[in-house]
Amino acid sequence: MTRLHRFFGGIHPPTHKSESTQSPIMTAPLPPQLFVPFRQHAGEAAKPVVQVGERVLKGQLIGEPVGMISSSIHAPTSGTITAIELQQIAHPSALPDLCATLVPDGKDEWGVRQTLSYRQLSSDELQKHLRRCGIVGLGGAVFPSDMKLNHPVVVDTLVINGAECEPYITCDDMLMRERAEGIVRGIEILRHALGTDTVLIGIEDNKPHAIAAMQRAVDESSHPFKVVAVPTLYPGGSAKHLIKVLTGVEVPSGKLPTDVGVQCFNVATAYAAHRAVEHGEPLVSRIVTVTGNVEQPRNYEALIGTPFSDLVALSVAKPDTNRYIMGGPMMGVELPAVNVPLVKASNCVIAASDALFPPPPAPMPCIRCTRCAQVCPVELQPQDLYWFAQSHNFGKAQEFDLFDCIECGACAYVCPSSIPLVQYYRYAKSEIRARDLEKRAADLARERHEFRQFRIEREKQEKAERLAQKERAAAEAKAAAATAVVATQLNPNADADDTQQMRIDAALARAKAQAAAVTPKNTEALTPEQRTEIAAIEARRAKIHELAADAGADDEPPKNSQGN
Amino acid sequence: MLYSPFITRPLTVDRIMRRVLYALLPGISLYVWYFGPAILMSIALAVTAALATEALMLKLRNRPVRPFLADYSALLTGVLIALSIPPLAPWWLPVVGTAFAIAVAKHLYGGLGSNPFNPAMIGYAVLIISFPQEMTQWLSPQGMGLSVLSYGDQLRYVFSGVLPAGMQLDALTMSTPLDTMKTQLHLGMTVSDIRDLPIYGRLAGKGSEMVAAGFALGGLYLLIARIIPWQLPLAFLGTLFALSGLFHLVDPAHYAPPLFHWFSGAAMIGAFFILTDPVTSPTTNKGRIVFGFGAGLLTFLIRAYGGFPDGVAFATILMNMCVPLIDAWTQPRIFGKKKGGER
Repeated sequence: MTRLHRFFGGIHPPTHKSESTQSPIMTAPLPPQLFVPFRQHAGEAAKPVVQVGERVLKGQLIGEPVGMISSSIHAPTSGTITAIELQQIAHPSALPDLCATLVPDGKDEWGVRQTLSYRQLSSDELQKHLRRCGIVGLGGAVFPSDMKLNHPVVVDTLVINGAECEPYITCDDMLMRERAEGIVRGIEILRHALGTDTVLIGIEDNKPHAIAAMQRAVDESSHPFKVVAVPTLYPGGSAKHLIKVLTGVEVPSGKLPTDVGVQCFNVATAYAAHRAVEHGEPLVSRIVTVTGNVEQPRNYEALIGTPFSDLVALSVAKPDTNRYIMGGPMMGVELPAVNVPLVKASNCVIAASDALFPPPPAPMPCIRCTRCAQVCPVELQPQDLYWFAQSHNFGKAQEFDLFDCIECGACAYVCPSSIPLVQYYRYAKSEIRARDLEKRAADLARERHEFRQFRIEREKQEKAERLAQKERAAAEAKAAAATAVVATQLNPNADADDTQQMRIDAALARAKAQAAAVTPKNTEALTPEQRTEIAAIEARRAKIHELAADAGADDEPPKNSQGN
Repeated sequence: MLYSPFITRPLTVDRIMRRVLYALLPGISLYVWYFGPAILMSIALAVTAALATEALMLKLRNRPVRPFLADYSALLTGVLIALSIPPLAPWWLPVVGTAFAIAVAKHLYGGLGSNPFNPAMIGYAVLIISFPQEMTQWLSPQGMGLSVLSYGDQLRYVFSGVLPAGMQLDALTMSTPLDTMKTQLHLGMTVSDIRDLPIYGRLAGKGSEMVAAGFALGGLYLLIARIIPWQLPLAFLGTLFALSGLFHLVDPAHYAPPLFHWFSGAAMIGAFFILTDPVTSPTTNKGRIVFGFGAGLLTFLIRAYGGFPDGVAFATILMNMCVPLIDAWTQPRIFGKKKGGER
């Protein structure tokens, strides 16, 4: 028996999990169109590597990682790429992001699948493979899994997260019940890549079927993994809290689990790793719970890019459904539209009605009852943070560890005054981030300005020096001419003309090169972020030109460094 | 568009306040049983004054009236003030006390959630300082006074100030058990002699000890229902018990025993219903222990050496002042950090 530990706080909201665990996982039929976002993971969006009109096979790479923290995107089925353009995605901002539109040909024809024997592979090679296969954390954070295997310190414990603490969500539960063997194989691959000895699989004790299935699979595999039933307590599935419960170790604030020798992966991520390594299948589908105000709540194995509307249609939303939530009721986000596509992070979609999730009553003043503080799993003082946030006292909020808040919503859940506490914290955090950015931008501008002043000064000096040199040279030449009177040059002016012509040619070439460099290239391939950045840079340029023209200054405007 | 969390627990402010009011019922019932229905009239007066003042202040402050009247917090303030003043007091006494509590102690400081001092205790303090005479005419328990006032006569007296022919107010009222203890000790009697006086029962004052037990019972319900934190009543009653016990052990002739302190005056209602006001008490668990300890210490000191027979009200107000400091000093460590904010 593993001795369990406790974390402070937590809540017991009604779980509503049994509704969607009555039927087995169903493979969702091929939708008529798929919209595959190029940003489905934490970090940089993937760069499209297919052309519009191109036929792709299932599992073919369509977006390649850019930079360190990034991942690959694959075609979820065979078909034709009909567009690569901005589309609405599952983000509460309702801002569009770059997506590939894929019209399936119905054959679901796999491309090349490279299977590997992981035992012969180094951690490095496995990481590369997982990155190629687009494996990211499927618990919700979608952090690239290869980055989590790539760590500089010794990791002695691998924690596998099957807690699934959020109400309504059952995708991990069903995955563990039905595909425990694959999960255990995946865990062994991750364990091999990490080189750890201890593996702890934490599952909340409200999932006895999943616990039994996982225990059976572990016993059959004869790996020394431990399946541990942990108490059901929201947010016990938060990685840091599960680690605390299983090992007693608290991951220090602002540090990573690896800093205390622990790494944590979700069960679905382990399963995806197994499919990637032993079947050569990149991450093109996932299990998603469709529940709430629907006739047939259940789990689907759906292709990435499937519009949620298709999934909801399969489960038949009841007529009074008026909105959809991706994720659970505690931390989920309301979808801007139901036809946005399923992404790697989508573990659940809840059809919601006012009867299911009544809109909260008007907030009352905080009465400092500290029910929020009693349930905060980070042991913050939410009532104080709320006070600081609403009075714009952001410095104080930071001092009271605002950024340690994991936005689990436990505080708002218990607040008897119905204050939307998490919204206040998000607001305060974004304000502080915006201010930091502004400050950094101001610092950069000041640096640039100072450098420009320095450059102008330096150029002046150089000019003066050159002039002085020229004068000296002229004086010397004069002196030479005066001493040796010879008419060696037939046409002294011709030489001067040649140099002049050469200079003009060189200048023209430079200008051409510059123009070529400035002309935008490959704009279709740019991510919206790049686009907005470019637009911002262009706007700044135009503004500077305007200012320069107004001032009548002939100085070239300072060059902007491109962020990407 | 709505934001997460999309679900909330249905325990709202008005439900909390309502449960606190329910928890007062055993104490109030025993009050009526032992002292007659006059207290119900005081409660009705105080509650009416509380709601009227609350509505007026909300109007003046341009706040919505309905949701705040419906939160029961003003009502609770009224009930607590009524319970802390003599039931035979003239009708304007609870009215003035409650109006002051709601208008000044609550709304002038920003209304619900913003007042630093417990409004009910401010109301009580104003009354005992301004009208000491009226505030000491406590009813004797039924059958204890020299003459008995019928229920109808009790109510008539509150409004008209006229007693039935041939009756004297002095014959109906007495000073409280705490007051008597203090005065008689000054006059040189010992604790055990004083407790042989007919007004005393098994633990403390006859009748009033049962009312205190009723409040304790309601308080236990609040503890079990997790409406109030346990740290406050435990630290307060524990400190009061320990200090009075210590002094009683050393000098039993001049210091009343701990259970006498527990079941006299406002100790029980204070422990469970007044110190536990969330707005005016600390927010940290450690802070609550400090707060309860301080209130217990001050209550004992005022009772043993102060100018007033009971000390709960002033102890509460004095400790209310310390709350920001206590909160600042007792901030807990957070997940993943060591004490003092180190990582």
